[in-house]
Amino acid sequence: MAPEEICKLLKDHFGDDVEDAVLEGGHPHARIAAGRWPETALFLRDDPRLRFNVLRCISALDLPADDKLACVYDLYHVPLERPNDLINRTYEFAVRVVMDRNQPIIPSVAHVWPAAEWHEREAFDLMGINFTGHPDLRRILCPDDWAGHPLRKDYEFPLDYHGIPATTEFELTNPRH
Amino acid sequence: MTETVLESSPDLMFDLERSVQGDLRTEEMLVNMGPQHPSTHGVLRLVLRTDGEMVLEAIPHVGYIHRCAEKIGENLQPYQYIPYTDRMDYLAGMNNNQAFAIAVERLCGVQVPPRGQAIRVVFAELNRIASHLVSLGTYGLDMGAFTPFLYCFREREMILDLFEAACGARLTYSFLTIGGAHDDLPDGWIDRCREFLDYFEPKIDDYNNLLSFNHIFVKRTSNIGIISLDDAIAWGLTGPCLRASGIRWDLRKILPYDGYEQYDFDVPIGQPGGKGEIPHGVVVGDCWSRYYVRVLEMTQSVRIIRQALDQLPTGDFRAPKCTTLKLPANEVYVEVENPRGQLGFLVVGDGSAIPARVKARGPSFCNLSITTHVCKNVLLADVPAIIGSIDVVMGEVDR
Repeated sequence: MAPEEICKLLKDHFGDDVEDAVLEGGHPHARIAAGRWPETALFLRDDPRLRFNVLRCISALDLPADDKLACVYDLYHVPLERPNDLINRTYEFAVRVVMDRNQPIIPSVAHVWPAAEWHEREAFDLMGINFTGHPDLRRILCPDDWAGHPLRKDYEFPLDYHGIPATTEFELTNPRH
Repeated sequence: MTETVLESSPDLMFDLERSVQGDLRTEEMLVNMGPQHPSTHGVLRLVLRTDGEMVLEAIPHVGYIHRCAEKIGENLQPYQYIPYTDRMDYLAGMNNNQAFAIAVERLCGVQVPPRGQAIRVVFAELNRIASHLVSLGTYGLDMGAFTPFLYCFREREMILDLFEAACGARLTYSFLTIGGAHDDLPDGWIDRCREFLDYFEPKIDDYNNLLSFNHIFVKRTSNIGIISLDDAIAWGLTGPCLRASGIRWDLRKILPYDGYEQYDFDVPIGQPGGKGEIPHGVVVGDCWSRYYVRVLEMTQSVRIIRQALDQLPTGDFRAPKCTTLKLPANEVYVEVENPRGQLGFLVVGDGSAIPARVKARGPSFCNLSITTHVCKNVLLADVPAIIGSIDVVMGEVDR
């Protein structure tokens, strides 16, 4: 399935919620509104012409120029009809959901692809995107009581963590001798 | 015990009755496994809710080796970032380098010359063998087999010697870089490599005789930690873990890169027990299948390396002018077949030499997420069997 056909199917089904599509370049993707994202995800996974049964990756992007955060979902199709035969073809697609930086809320798709559980936790941890409906949204890579979301462009590295100097600049404000 | 003793001590009678009825009550306990533990393959912390010997639930806690690699990627040029990719899955450095290099090359439209591609394939496959040797050896060690561990490491030492001769490093190579390989092969390297392959191929039979078909090993790993194909697909498993669940899916065949389409090799998958040499009791998708797929992959890697060395083209080993590249305002997502699964890199450029975002999709991160789902109502001794068969490297989980 070519990216144009996939986009056309999405537009036919979801109309204006498919805001934009970038079909040339190395990463063909469609921009989808956050509100109807779970339904779109179910459609992408279950529609017999699409069958995007694997979520490869969820990448969180910080777009400071537009004051927005984005989530890129990379999907592809793994045919399961004859698994013992050598598979030599697939088709891939990506979906981009853009949200406001001050209110980064997006519905979770962990019920569509269980692989999303850990990816969404990572996006929450490192970028601060709130996934509503996630079964267990808590930090995964940073300590549970870490302040801030490190991958944001305006992230300030803390000077200390529980009294441990987190950077050598700590000494500038807290000289010991 | 005589009747009189039992009758005279009511407490003893009470205990005996309870144990005879099988009503010995156990309490649920939260047992912490890790982050420092010999069987967790790195700094993985598992909190196990146990009821006696039965693990009801296993909750992994990761992040102990999080080194902010993705943040660093936003501050360095791609050719400067290659050493950081080495350290993600530190047992498969060449493969990580290759993945990131291919992502940047696709973004910038760089064409790798044929000799560069062939050199990359040779080193990536040698690193696949080395990585699988570690995986098999340590898995045997977790199960209590001490000898195969050192046999595997003896062969791995020879591969590391070959790597050291080519690039000077034994673990963190930074050798496969943007545009091809960093240097050409030294004189006499190809002959040494062929000697190694001739020496190594019969050793795989040794490992099979010593470990794979060993009754104790089969008993400890077969029919345990079964991951069905639907679960594997839904949870995003890739690599040997996915292939052991019964699907012949290999990115080197489906979306070939670096000239893999020229080489002839098979893709081993998990087979049911009793078929061919597969021992009875093995189920498709269990721990033994995941282990054995890696053993078979080593044979295929030897095949690929032999073909690549026979067909090694002459010419440049690296595309020209690849150190200072301007990344276009575009993005690309590329996945590559690593020993542990599919390593993906999303590189977003913004017109300058430094990427706006580098996202690394670690296969071990995705493979490990199935732990809670699989480790339900298993015996405590099965937990290292399951974790070892998923074969995680924490450097890649945490990045």
